[in-house]
Amino acid sequence: MVSITDLHKKFNKNTVLNGINLDINKSGIIAVLGPNGSGKTTLIKCILGMVIPNKGTIHVLGTNIKKNANYKHQIDYLPQIANFPNNLKVKELITMIKDLRKPTSQDANLITLFKLEPFLNKKLGTLSGGTKQKVNIVLAFMFDSPLIILDEPTTGLDPISLIGLKNLIQTEKTKGKTILITSHIMSFVEEVSDQIVFLLEGKIYFNGTINQLKLKTNQPDFENAIASVLSNNYA
Amino acid sequence: MKKKIAFLLILFMAFKSHTQTIEVCNNCSIASLKKAIEIAKDFDTIILKKGTYKEHNIIINKPLTVIGKNYPIIDGELKGEIITIVSDNVTVDGLFIINVGTSYTEDYAAIRVKKSKNFTIQNLVLEKLFFGIYLEKSKNGKVYHNKIIGNAVEEYNSGNGIQLWYSNHIEIEHNYIEQVRDGIYLEFSDDCLIKNNISTKNLRYGLHFMFSNNDIYQDNTFENNGAGVAVMFSNKIKMLNNIFKENWGTASYGMLLKEITDAEIKGNTFKENTIGINIEGTNRINYTNNNFISNGWAVKVRGACYTNTFIENNFLYNSFDISYNSNVNDTIFNKNYWSNYTGYDLNKDGIGDVPYRPVKLFSYIVNRTPETIILLRSLFIDVIDFSEKISPVFTPDNLLDKNPLIKQVAW
Amino acid sequence: MLKILKYSFYDLMRSRWSYVYFAFYFLLGLVLLFLNNNLSKAVITLMNVIIVLVPLIGTIFGVMYYYNSKEFTELLLAQPLKRSSIFLGQYLGVAISLSLSLILGLGIPFILYGLFKSGVIWDFSLLLITGTFLTFIFTALAFNIALSNENKIKGFGYAILLWLFLAIIYDGLFLMSLILFEDYPLDKLSLIGTMLNPIDLSRTLILLKLDISALLGYTGAVFKTFFGTYFGLIVSFIMLAVWVTIPVLRIVFKSKRNDF
Repeated sequence: MVSITDLHKKFNKNTVLNGINLDINKSGIIAVLGPNGSGKTTLIKCILGMVIPNKGTIHVLGTNIKKNANYKHQIDYLPQIANFPNNLKVKELITMIKDLRKPTSQDANLITLFKLEPFLNKKLGTLSGGTKQKVNIVLAFMFDSPLIILDEPTTGLDPISLIGLKNLIQTEKTKGKTILITSHIMSFVEEVSDQIVFLLEGKIYFNGTINQLKLKTNQPDFENAIASVLSNNYA
Repeated sequence: MKKKIAFLLILFMAFKSHTQTIEVCNNCSIASLKKAIEIAKDFDTIILKKGTYKEHNIIINKPLTVIGKNYPIIDGELKGEIITIVSDNVTVDGLFIINVGTSYTEDYAAIRVKKSKNFTIQNLVLEKLFFGIYLEKSKNGKVYHNKIIGNAVEEYNSGNGIQLWYSNHIEIEHNYIEQVRDGIYLEFSDDCLIKNNISTKNLRYGLHFMFSNNDIYQDNTFENNGAGVAVMFSNKIKMLNNIFKENWGTASYGMLLKEITDAEIKGNTFKENTIGINIEGTNRINYTNNNFISNGWAVKVRGACYTNTFIENNFLYNSFDISYNSNVNDTIFNKNYWSNYTGYDLNKDGIGDVPYRPVKLFSYIVNRTPETIILLRSLFIDVIDFSEKISPVFTPDNLLDKNPLIKQVAW
Repeated sequence: MLKILKYSFYDLMRSRWSYVYFAFYFLLGLVLLFLNNNLSKAVITLMNVIIVLVPLIGTIFGVMYYYNSKEFTELLLAQPLKRSSIFLGQYLGVAISLSLSLILGLGIPFILYGLFKSGVIWDFSLLLITGTFLTFIFTALAFNIALSNENKIKGFGYAILLWLFLAIIYDGLFLMSLILFEDYPLDKLSLIGTMLNPIDLSRTLILLKLDISALLGYTGAVFKTFFGTYFGLIVSFIMLAVWVTIPVLRIVFKSKRNDF
């Protein structure tokens, strides 16, 4: 699916990614974790071609992503902060993204799922943060691509929608898709993810299942395991 | 007394009955104008029929009337002067005169009047000429409805359309003059009236006065000349209702005034000239009811000008209204309309409450470094002009119109 | 790119700012016409206003739009679209909607006033063409500034500075150097100096129309061919086109290398 070799990225003098090697071959849900500034978002943006690496190569579904935008047809992306053109209506935004990518009928189901019908004719500028996030989720899931990247998907969601989102993720997983998630909510990560990639100071500190992490750190639960990783490294 | 009049009348009748008409045509017994003049008696009429007459140095030495029918051509074959009038009471009418000889030592003309009175020169067409109509020490004549088309290229080897030298009381009306050196030139000629002429595309001036006094020119149009009109070393000239336009170029003026006094300039329109009026050494001149429209400089004051007054003129959309190159000012501006005026009229009396300063700092800069003209209408220039307006340093403090009008002057 | 252009344009056409901009020009046109009661004078005043205001509005609006739509841009970047088409689309959206506001805002009052029956229609068209060029140039410059500066405040600062420099400071320096070197032949230098600043360039176009009488008073031969013939008009338009092209090319170049 995704294969990253020796990825380096610096912003000015600030090294963010320092030699990342990562292969994701199987389907399932992979959580990318790490403290603030460890390079999670940068890694994702590199995969999406939004950040251009200083060194290293990325292959998505076998194609080198350098100077090529077509591979993005295979990726659904949920950005961290959803801010849309304020003067577009929700319906228009959805139509527009479909227009830009390809036609789909998935959006209708998703709109029902997140109860967005009353908002369809409202301008995006008037929506609350949570509603915007729901629109964001609709946009991300409606294309049925083999690779899904979710950057902090839970932001601003109410409990019912959160459950909806979890169900949605599970359904996509059963379709055999690969889903990359970053999140700060550990319980959410623990609940949904099959594999964990832990970034620390621009490197992969750990790559494996939650149980492997618990074993490695000798901690009974996931949250403590993470905490011990952090405290060991920052002590 | 009655007897005397009767006698004169009889004498006149007798005299009249003796005048005859001589016809000239290419295959008549009299086939040349020269021959006709030779056999003619005083006050005869010579009629030239249509045809081409290759003649030059034709001297009219008796009071005759020469009339061309259907514009006969008199071709001078570039050999010299064509017609010279040396008698009083001569009329020349309806000829097409071409190919005047060019000389660097003599001013050959298509038609010259020498020391004569009471002549009329009308309905002539002159082409390929050196000088056109040359009046020399003559008076009380009329130059009416002629068309003079030159092909002058260089000033030094071309002549003037109509030239007056020591000639007084001449009326020059309804002529059209194109592409000569000076359209009309008056030197030492007083009390002349120049009216309803069109003078255009001339190398130097449309109309030129030198040492001539008490002349009037009115209702003329001067377009696209080196300068429209130049008035130099002359006094008491009246300039009324003329149009000066598109006199474009480095030294191009609608009107150039130099060392003149007591002139009246009224009702003229100066439109799209590089410089509308250029004045230098002019005293006691009144400018009233003139329109200055879209000129580079409406008025350029070069110095030594005293008691020039501008009252009730319209200054519309000129790049510069007034340019001044000295710090002393004796020119009076009052009750003019300035399209560049930005003041207000709170008491609604039609007069702006803030005086208008027609001289901008930028015009000084342009005088000094001409290339800076390219910065005209730049915001930076507006800023420095504005600061100069508030506290004048370079421009004469008293150079202002205290009563700028809010609406255009109509007359 | 056309799709992005379409949506950016729709978005802007519905934004408050487009209306404000439109209303501003509309009112300006009305006020000038009905206070002056004179078409020619109104056109002259407008020319003075346009060469100063259009660049300012283009720059500010361009920078503002870029920063405001940053997140949306990121969303677009994740879509299978070429980077250059995203930014060019957005740029054209802004530039076209600004130009439309300008053209309609000024055009409507002038047409109401009876533009077609008057002789100033060419002056007026030249004014609108110049205004449109300036909008395209300064929006492109604004996008360049915004692309090179992540920091919003810095971006706005540079944008204002750029405008201030090109609208005023440049001419000040230009004037000083002309006076300083007045003993040398300066006509070529002054023309080149004009070409290097789009505001000055538009100003010359307007000068060609309004002040030709004054310009022809200058002796230099280069000046004469420049202002006396169509040469000046043609060269000025070519240079304006170059001034649009270069920043646009840099948008393309920069957008391919930037991180978001």
